Amino acid sequence: MDLSAINPVLLIASLMVAATPLLLAAIGELVVEKAGVLNLGVEGMMIVGAIAGFATAVESGSPFLGFIAAAIAGAALSILFAILTQFAQANQVASGLSLTLFGLGLSALMGQSYVGVKPPRMGDIHIPVLSDLPVIGPILFGHDIILYFGIALTAAVWWVLKYSRLGLVLRAVGENHDAAHALGYKVLKIRLMAIMFGGACAGLGGAYISLIRVPQWTEGMTAGIGWIALALVVFASWKPWRALLGAYLFGGVTVVQLNLQAAGVAIPVEYLAMSPYLITILVLVILSADKSSAPAALGRNFHASR
Amino acid sequence: MKLTNLLTSAAVALGLAAGAALAEDKTKVGFVYVGPVGDGGWTYEHDQGRKAVEAEFGDKVETVYVENVAEGPDAERVMTQMALEGADLIFTTSFGYMDPTINVAKKFPNVKFEHATGYKRAENVSTYSARFYEGRAVQGTIAGHMTESNIIGYIGSYPIPEVIRGINSAYIHAKKVNPDVQFKIVWAFTWFDPAKEADAAKVLIEQGADVILQHTDSTAPQAAAQNAGNVITFGQASDMAEYAPKPRVSSIIDDWAPYYIARTKAVMDGTWESVDTWDGIGAGMVGIGEISDAVPADVKEAALAIKDSIADGSYHPFTGPLKKQDGSDWLAEGETADDGTLAGMNFYVEGLEGDIPQ
Repeated sequence: MDLSAINPVLLIASLMVAATPLLLAAIGELVVEKAGVLNLGVEGMMIVGAIAGFATAVESGSPFLGFIAAAIAGAALSILFAILTQFAQANQVASGLSLTLFGLGLSALMGQSYVGVKPPRMGDIHIPVLSDLPVIGPILFGHDIILYFGIALTAAVWWVLKYSRLGLVLRAVGENHDAAHALGYKVLKIRLMAIMFGGACAGLGGAYISLIRVPQWTEGMTAGIGWIALALVVFASWKPWRALLGAYLFGGVTVVQLNLQAAGVAIPVEYLAMSPYLITILVLVILSADKSSAPAALGRNFHASR
Repeated sequence: MKLTNLLTSAAVALGLAAGAALAEDKTKVGFVYVGPVGDGGWTYEHDQGRKAVEAEFGDKVETVYVENVAEGPDAERVMTQMALEGADLIFTTSFGYMDPTINVAKKFPNVKFEHATGYKRAENVSTYSARFYEGRAVQGTIAGHMTESNIIGYIGSYPIPEVIRGINSAYIHAKKVNPDVQFKIVWAFTWFDPAKEADAAKVLIEQGADVILQHTDSTAPQAAAQNAGNVITFGQASDMAEYAPKPRVSSIIDDWAPYYIARTKAVMDGTWESVDTWDGIGAGMVGIGEISDAVPADVKEAALAIKDSIADGSYHPFTGPLKKQDGSDWLAEGETADDGTLAGMNFYVEGLEGDIPQ
């Protein structure tokens, strides 16, 4: 065992990278669910965002354009879900599941000519002085811009939901759509916006995997991160900062267990391999002990005539 | 006039009947894949083999495949479905399909099954695998020469004999050319998860490894090595030449096409019987991808010498004296390991650190 081989600074820096796709997808889904819609298609939107962002970045040479394309692609796919559930009144669970299957197939089709292609690199930002600080520099000031965007987005979503009128209306729609409708709010329009926001966030999360975390395109490369994001929303009891905490915890334990293995720690590897799931569930279950529970209208379809 | 009409329609009818009869004669070959065909590694190569079968026999065969099949009950369902749909021969291409293959084979005695990398056979179940450890010997030689930090990172998938053999073979040959070399082994517990493979590669690089060997299926470790700069990797299962000349400096390539063609032919001829095939570099089932210019000429020469001596049978990668990790004797001077021991290998050789997950 050689724990000194683990560099805690690099470890924290890489756990933040591992957590970011999860965080982006979870924050998007959190807003969707706050509006009373359950979209299980996160994985599908992520993988479509991953290939759309990758292809755009490769063709244009700009990772930044890639991320924009990924957000648009994720949102576009989510519109399909919105049409099915909000206008055609289809079952939300079934529609979300089929969205994932559709997304996985569509992305494989779109990505056929991108296997083995190298994407342009998104440079880490470098702030003079701050980035060069020991310890704090690499952890806080040495990442790519999307990672900071993820944190800023969490803060923004938290503020909007808690303090703004928009957030109040969104929550009202999610808690009781009939009452919101009676007060004159456009329930379907607000839900449509929320679904598209969720799709855009999932798309960003997917592109973060294909452009920064891995970076390359391979079929099925999101490998279940979308599902973990869904679970994270529930365990975070629909609170943005807890989603951030959960994402970092999950990303952290994943990276730590790989580090411990490489350092030769004599804990059976199976325990290490399952530890991210166990610890995430454990901590989040403790967190969710307070009963600020799910939006009351979650998963229920709304029709004005009823 | 009437007569010609009648004759034409009769001829058409006959033609149709003949066509239908021909269609029935088609040999249907199924493939069950653990990853997506676009993984650029393991499953990709099996699918190349499938395409080779189609190219070889043209209209006489029909191939079907299902990708991303989880190892477990789901695999059994997929195989049953294939057998019910009239497959004559089914290739199941991952270690974890072993028991499902045996179970389904019992239910369909007239369907032939071929399981890759397993050890359980039956009347209608053959097993086949490639001696990847021969390729690992070549990789280990290059790795031992090339490492400057003397730390070599190894991404393992599951702790099964096939993977452990590879680790041992790579270590023995790296150690031979560089006595100071040290292996850091990380188990990913997946065959295919690019994000996790990339994380594993990054961790190994952060802990000082400047050579990464992998036994997982995606090219994510190559991408991570490329970002890190001064790290070399090897293509796994496929050539992964898109990362050459650096970080990918050589590769182990699985070439299943000749085997798949031969076995399909055997089913067509009715000569198929249950066999256990385990071929290596000599038979061409394991290929060594071109050693790139990033490797110095003398190292390349040494690696090719090992490759050639394995191919012509004059050298066995597991030749004594070798001890097990706990210090007990395994092979005496000049003794070579028998296939039985290799097939069930569940121990590290002396010098490797860490425990194999049980």
